[in-house]
Amino acid sequence: MSDDKSKTSELSRRGFIKVGAAALTAANMPMFFVKDAWAAKDFRNNPGNAGSVKFGFNVPQTGAYADEGADELRAYKLAVKHINGEGDGGMLNTMKPLTLKGNGILGKKLEYVTGDTQTKSDAARASAKRMIEKDGVVMITGGSSSGVAVAVQGLCQEMGVIFMAGLTHSNDTTGKDKRRYGFRHFFNAYMSGKALGPVLKEEMGTDRKAYHLTADYTWGWTQEESIKNTTEALGWQTTAAVKTPVGAGDFSQYITPVLNSGADVLILNHYGKDMINSLTQAVQFGLRDKQVNGKNFEIVVPLFSRLMAQGAGENIKGILGTTNWNWSLQDEGSKAFVKSFGQEYGFPPSMAAHTCYVQALLYANAVEQAGTFYPPEVIKTLEGFKFDGMGNGPTEYRAEDHQCFKDVLVVRGNQNPTSQFDLLQVQKIVPRSEVEYDAKIFGGELGPYEV
Amino acid sequence: MNMPLLKNDWVIMAIFTVAVLTAPLWLTPVGAGYPDLMQKFAIFGIFAIGFNLLFGLTGYLSFGHAVFLGVGSYTAVWSFKLLTMNVLPAVIFSILLAGVFAVVIGYLSLRRSGIYFSILTLAFAQMSYNLAYSVLTPLTNGETGLQLTMDDPRVLDGPVGQGLPSTQLFGIEMSGYNGFYFCAVMLILGFFISLRIFRSPFGLKLLAIKSNQTRMKYTGFNTRPYLLTAFVISGMYAGLAGSLMAVTDPLAGAERMQWTASGEVVLMTILGGAGTLFGPLFGAGIIKYFENIFSAMNDGRLHEIFAFLPDWLENIVVAITGEFVGEGWHLTLGLLFMIVVIFLPGGVVEGIRRASAYVKGIFQSSGDKDVALSAEKE
Repeated sequence: MSDDKSKTSELSRRGFIKVGAAALTAANMPMFFVKDAWAAKDFRNNPGNAGSVKFGFNVPQTGAYADEGADELRAYKLAVKHINGEGDGGMLNTMKPLTLKGNGILGKKLEYVTGDTQTKSDAARASAKRMIEKDGVVMITGGSSSGVAVAVQGLCQEMGVIFMAGLTHSNDTTGKDKRRYGFRHFFNAYMSGKALGPVLKEEMGTDRKAYHLTADYTWGWTQEESIKNTTEALGWQTTAAVKTPVGAGDFSQYITPVLNSGADVLILNHYGKDMINSLTQAVQFGLRDKQVNGKNFEIVVPLFSRLMAQGAGENIKGILGTTNWNWSLQDEGSKAFVKSFGQEYGFPPSMAAHTCYVQALLYANAVEQAGTFYPPEVIKTLEGFKFDGMGNGPTEYRAEDHQCFKDVLVVRGNQNPTSQFDLLQVQKIVPRSEVEYDAKIFGGELGPYEV
Repeated sequence: MNMPLLKNDWVIMAIFTVAVLTAPLWLTPVGAGYPDLMQKFAIFGIFAIGFNLLFGLTGYLSFGHAVFLGVGSYTAVWSFKLLTMNVLPAVIFSILLAGVFAVVIGYLSLRRSGIYFSILTLAFAQMSYNLAYSVLTPLTNGETGLQLTMDDPRVLDGPVGQGLPSTQLFGIEMSGYNGFYFCAVMLILGFFISLRIFRSPFGLKLLAIKSNQTRMKYTGFNTRPYLLTAFVISGMYAGLAGSLMAVTDPLAGAERMQWTASGEVVLMTILGGAGTLFGPLFGAGIIKYFENIFSAMNDGRLHEIFAFLPDWLENIVVAITGEFVGEGWHLTLGLLFMIVVIFLPGGVVEGIRRASAYVKGIFQSSGDKDVALSAEKE
């Protein structure tokens, strides 16, 4: 009997605790909602009187674009240092006009959180959501794929947090998928086409047959289209345009058909490790030693970076492409940036690092200038913002589509590199006026300031 | 044993409901109380519960369950694009279409058992993934992922105002905490159905298939329809999970169908405890927690955590643990998985059972002493 009693007493105690706990949590619920409701009236992640603010650096740390992601992160860390007034200040010494004082942003110390986009739209959005909801970041930046940029930009618009795009070259990012809360400093495929056209004509003439291999997503599609428009305007024919999956690794099955297609130019709309692999295999298949239609077979890589050149080694020599920026530029801004990046990490920055560093600085400066973190005000400050001293000469953030307009570099893989970093030779600096276009041609709508 | 109350299904359901609905409160101290992660817990909980209905009960290891997840997502986004931003039609269509896919794939795959069944489902999953990734680009938008646009028809909704509309349930926006509560309600419903199946004669038959299918057949049972039913139900759960992913974030990418996604749900179920009611939920929770919290840690955060140690020791500890967080979170997960599989073949649930048995053992022996003492007094 006594045994039974102890059982029942144990049970009721247990039950009491459970009911008590449930009641307590239930009683706490309204408080929790009220807090959330209060935050919504204001604006999301308002730093208020806090002593610090956070940026979210959302970069690929794994996958085909991981090299670019690593370099972006290095640049961001450097930018945080410079904004907080540590280190030698980098481009803060050359940027014009400059409102930042080197004491953080509006007197608040700048901190950061990082995330891995995995170069997948899904993962990138999850990572961005974590930064916004959990870490309370005021701005998200980074990424090395237009697919990811478009996806994260859409999310940031919904959430009301500004997105400063990293490496994204698709026309869609500031074209049909542009958003009020998204900004792009990097150039795009249309500009690559415009810049590359005259050089291609000069080097290869007007009677050529081109074969495209294209990464199968938004960036690849728009780059193929832009380059096609350019080359066909020169009088070239397009033999075929084949889509390849991102991260394919082995491109031999796509390159073999090129040999017998009758084409005499191969255009690789690939980036990152994909481009390294496809170019290396194209060279191994002997494409560059071939003669087709009585002409030397040529390979063109419309979007180029030094990191890729490093990966492709010997194969890159003599190959033409375009790039947003190269560390060998001799303007004050570029020199200052290369110097402080080199001191910090021991090697020169890539164009991914450059564009990300500039983006972080531009946002911080816009907040300082607007005097508030309130996104609509910051956006209005950035729209139409003209600046200089950050590489690429005088630059403007066009208000109509949030695209930066500046000079574009046509580069060639260096035949006689003087160092392991001296891989790209600037062939031509194409002035901004030659790559400008009407904001309406790609369609799309920015959407509202207030969300 | 001595807790008949916990054997009552309604009590289990009540406790479960309270635990899920109060998740924002008890998850906040561990850094997981933000909407996106809690939505993931609920969504992958549903996915794992459904998977467990097949694997846990019948023992058939499907390696292609992500197909149904992907089908659910794509269907839901298409429903948002064509019909309305209301989530109910999206969820219903997703479950139905995932069910149709499950009937086809299940009908073909279930002709074999064991490893052949696993390989067949894997083959179907890989096939569907490649279709979604490149062949069916007009339907799936390939690598870029299917997204909402301004000029979608949305025939049941009126014209949109400025900006993209967001998903809603009769006017309640389905992002943030609202989205979580919607997923939570679905999880509770899903769990209830799973509980009923576990306790039903149908569930018993599935268990019998697992223990000895040949014997089942000799007693005159045709096992195939039962297996197919279990497979379809399980696929519908995955479809529901997929549609909820689209509800909380209206975007569908092909990577949801990749074999890694299929593998993940297998890991969740085994880690938590296959064939148990709560096991898959624990597994889903642990894996998603690791993925989101551990992967976001960096050296700076570790230094904060270990700040109480002397400097030299702190640096050593951070250097070692640094390998296991951030990009290295898979390493931690792998280690945990190995430990669980080697020492606790029944998963986390077995661990909990053993621990509670141990604690009970301590109380039992002391209780016996008390009884003995009081008896002596008398």
